Amino acid sequence: MDILIQQVVSGLATGGIYGSVALALVMIYEATDIVNFAQGQMAVVSTYIAWSLLNAGAPYWAAFLATLAISFVGGLLLERIVIRPVEGAPVLTVVIVCIGLLVILNSVLGWIYSYIQKPFPSPFPDRPIRIGNVYFGAHDVGALAITVLVLVALYAFFRFTTLGLAMRAAAQNPASSRLCGIRVGWMLAIGWGLASLIGAVAGMMVAPIVTLDPNMMAGILIYAFASATLGGFTSPGGAVLGGLIVGVIENLVGTYVHFIGTELKLTVALAVILIVLLVRPSGLFGRAAVHRV
Amino acid sequence: MPSRALRLGLVVVLAGAMVLPFVVTNFRLFQCAQVFIYAIALLGLNILIGYNGQFSLGHSAFYALGAYTTAIMIDQWSVPYGWTIPVAGLLCLIAGFLFGIPALRLEGLYLALATFALALAVPQILKYFEHWTGGSQGIVLSKPAAPKGVPLNPDQWLYFLTLFVLLVLLVLARNLLAGRTGRAIVAIRDNPIAAQAMGVNTALYKSLTFGVSAAYTGIAGALSALVIAFVAPDAFDVFLSITFLSGIVIGGLASISGAIFGALFIQFVPNWAQDISKAAPWAIYGVFLIGFMYVMPRGIAGAVRLGAARWWRRRAEPS
Amino acid sequence: MLKKVLLLMLMTAFGLGMLAPAGAQTVVGVTATEIKIGNTNPYSGPASAYGTIGKVIGAYFKKVNEEGGVNGRKINYITYDDAYSPPKAVEMVRKLVEQDQVAALFQTLGTPTNSAIHKYVNQQKVPHLFVATGATKWNDPQHFPWTMGWQPNYQTEGKIYAQYIMKNFPDAKIGILYQNDDYGKDYRKGLHDGLGEANAKKMIVMEQTYEVTDPTIDSQIVNLKNSGANVFFNVTIPKFAVQAIKKAHDLGWKPAHFLNNVSSSLATVLKPAGVEASRGLITALYMKEITDPQWKSDKGYQDWVAFMKKYYPEGALDDQSNAFGYTVAHAMTQVLKQCGNDLSRENIMKQAASLKNVEFPLLLPGIKVNTSPTDHAPIEQEQLAKFDGERWATFGELYDASKK
Repeated sequence: MDILIQQVVSGLATGGIYGSVALALVMIYEATDIVNFAQGQMAVVSTYIAWSLLNAGAPYWAAFLATLAISFVGGLLLERIVIRPVEGAPVLTVVIVCIGLLVILNSVLGWIYSYIQKPFPSPFPDRPIRIGNVYFGAHDVGALAITVLVLVALYAFFRFTTLGLAMRAAAQNPASSRLCGIRVGWMLAIGWGLASLIGAVAGMMVAPIVTLDPNMMAGILIYAFASATLGGFTSPGGAVLGGLIVGVIENLVGTYVHFIGTELKLTVALAVILIVLLVRPSGLFGRAAVHRV
Repeated sequence: MPSRALRLGLVVVLAGAMVLPFVVTNFRLFQCAQVFIYAIALLGLNILIGYNGQFSLGHSAFYALGAYTTAIMIDQWSVPYGWTIPVAGLLCLIAGFLFGIPALRLEGLYLALATFALALAVPQILKYFEHWTGGSQGIVLSKPAAPKGVPLNPDQWLYFLTLFVLLVLLVLARNLLAGRTGRAIVAIRDNPIAAQAMGVNTALYKSLTFGVSAAYTGIAGALSALVIAFVAPDAFDVFLSITFLSGIVIGGLASISGAIFGALFIQFVPNWAQDISKAAPWAIYGVFLIGFMYVMPRGIAGAVRLGAARWWRRRAEPS
Repeated sequence: MLKKVLLLMLMTAFGLGMLAPAGAQTVVGVTATEIKIGNTNPYSGPASAYGTIGKVIGAYFKKVNEEGGVNGRKINYITYDDAYSPPKAVEMVRKLVEQDQVAALFQTLGTPTNSAIHKYVNQQKVPHLFVATGATKWNDPQHFPWTMGWQPNYQTEGKIYAQYIMKNFPDAKIGILYQNDDYGKDYRKGLHDGLGEANAKKMIVMEQTYEVTDPTIDSQIVNLKNSGANVFFNVTIPKFAVQAIKKAHDLGWKPAHFLNNVSSSLATVLKPAGVEASRGLITALYMKEITDPQWKSDKGYQDWVAFMKKYYPEGALDDQSNAFGYTVAHAMTQVLKQCGNDLSRENIMKQAASLKNVEFPLLLPGIKVNTSPTDHAPIEQEQLAKFDGERWATFGELYDASKK
């Protein structure tokens, strides 16, 4: 029993990581209607910014907030400078531009900081919390709490603020929004800024666990993508929950399905997600796409 | 329409391709064979994405299936390599068709994930069945020599072989897409509901397109196993799928010539990138990717079509 | 024109693998003033962390050239990006051999990439020296006389731990965590072989794998702890090694912990994982771990730092890869020196296969490089070391795989 609980707990911890990155993916999808493959890499850039600030002697939370601000502006500028020129182009063109952005950022980071991994501090205590025979990492708990906090803030922002509503409108129906006086281009840019900010939070929460290097997010982005899909690309809460579910399923499959073991656990976890998708093609919590005839 | 000029151009290109092996080095021929192989794979992916509007990030899986079919048949059962290519194609056709059936329920991003999952799972599966696949060490093959009596060296021979397969598949694709089937495939992309209303069996066509697309890519994989003479699971990762995707978008969606342009891009641009900078070759590659998309948002084929149309219009106007 | 035709014929001859038998060959890649050495490394793609090896080698050859070269010849080092992809490696190596006409290939990096070119370079009879991979197959002079490895192979290292475990932990219950690829499986095989079938069956209680794309390995550590293992064989790359050490500590699991050499860096693995958590780790070393304080005043270390500052200032001083590349470049230079004025491929290979008790500045004291026509494994000695909270304290005898 202990092992089951411990595996679920550690699955939730890992799932929290997936969820936080998935949240950034969903954010940008809600705001701009594309999946940004460079999202993970942007988060790594933010984390390196935080690392540089911390290395220069900034206190943790000051560096944290400064990184959020820089990431927001950086994301905004990226949209204005890099994505803007292909705004009206087919979706796949934008996707390729994002891939271009990904490889550029990756390569430049490696060039500046080298590929050697760097330890990244956690704002939470180092000591694990122990309840009975089950151990909780303090950082895991803290990171999950912060992810939920971001989620709530995001929900409130999109639900209750004029800017949030305008952004959603701009993504879903740019033409009508424009007629209502919404500056669609800027809404998209703000969407990128926000996604970049959420990515920065995710990056700073992930780095203490996996250590910082230019490829830090490569593997995580895969899982984040799966989580967002499972939860439904239109549901931020679903994305986080999707992440937790993926984390737990993966651990349980690896532990209890012996003939599979750890060698095929990713494969099986993906298969489970696919089966879920076949039953619910728009994810667990996503809106079903409605076709206009 | 400038069809005569086009035909003339094609003849010149083909003639050039025939003479090429006798004037350039074997190394260049090897690179050409690589381009042909990529072109076949991109053609397959383009049929699916460009013409049918179904998204796939999983074609590295079919490429791997094709490559391993060839490698295992040669390695384990000493089958003559020529037979392995159609078998690889057939196997991928079936696999693609079967995968296409559940994929029918998924659209857009969700289909992207399903195919992405396939791409992720394949290296793991290949490592798992170590007995057949050689596990993570892969399988080393011998490069096929020309048949007895054909005075060509292996590189020349593989050049002609890959070129021949490419031409056959190009013609097949053209015929498939130009006809009734092609119209149905495109109609499904543009308006699935209307297509269904017109009596197109959307489900069957979509699955079939998936199968054909996979078969093309699988044949490309089989040829690559022969040309590289080595297969290993980690050579068929998600990056390969993303490279293919970049190739068709840069080359031009829904365009047969786009596959060739895309293949040239993914073969040669990384080489230029590293010639420019060894410090950060990916940065240069990324700039190329983005630059191409800015200048030609509809790919090289799109830009060529546009340029040619303009040119002909300008020529036609004075008369 | 005639020259072109000749060149073409030569190329065709290459392609057919019909080169005249050894001896009749002209000296490829060598002029009166230079010798061409070819290399491939991943400068892009997911494995680009290793690319620094290719760069530091270039920097070292630059130093050699500035100091007058080898026997009056400058080393023209040509390195290409293979992105760690076998097809690209084949392409780039063919470019080096057929177009650039290098005299020898040196330190081509990666197991899959080298596997893809293995047959080709041996058919072409191009020296394929000191490949940068820990697989075992490079030491096979009978079938592949033109290929030579460099570092101690992973299986050997696995065997060293096995011997130690059998001697000191007769009641060991071993848990293994390894990366699901050729590297991880080689270590695993080494341990299995070292223990012997009966012992392996009895002692190994659990084996867990991870993928290099996995974000964390928490789940595997939980399972290993739960298996009741009291010996942990940790075959992970640095990123996961940090997690494994930390997680085992956090869970209160205290096995005898064997960490593979790949992750023995103090600065990037042990310190980030925590000094307390890392205390007592055992590894096998053949090089000086450059972030270990015990080498601060070592001449070899100081020379290396001076070299890095002058010739490769952008390279990281806490990256063992930079020490690795520097050392192996020494070996290549040594081979060229021994060649004297005969830089034919045959002689390069012959000299590479006759290194006798050569020592290099960053190898652990006592570790000597030895090769012969029947031994294409240059470094076969390793030394066990235990982390005492501050440095790797070596203990026991030097293990020599060639003396078995």
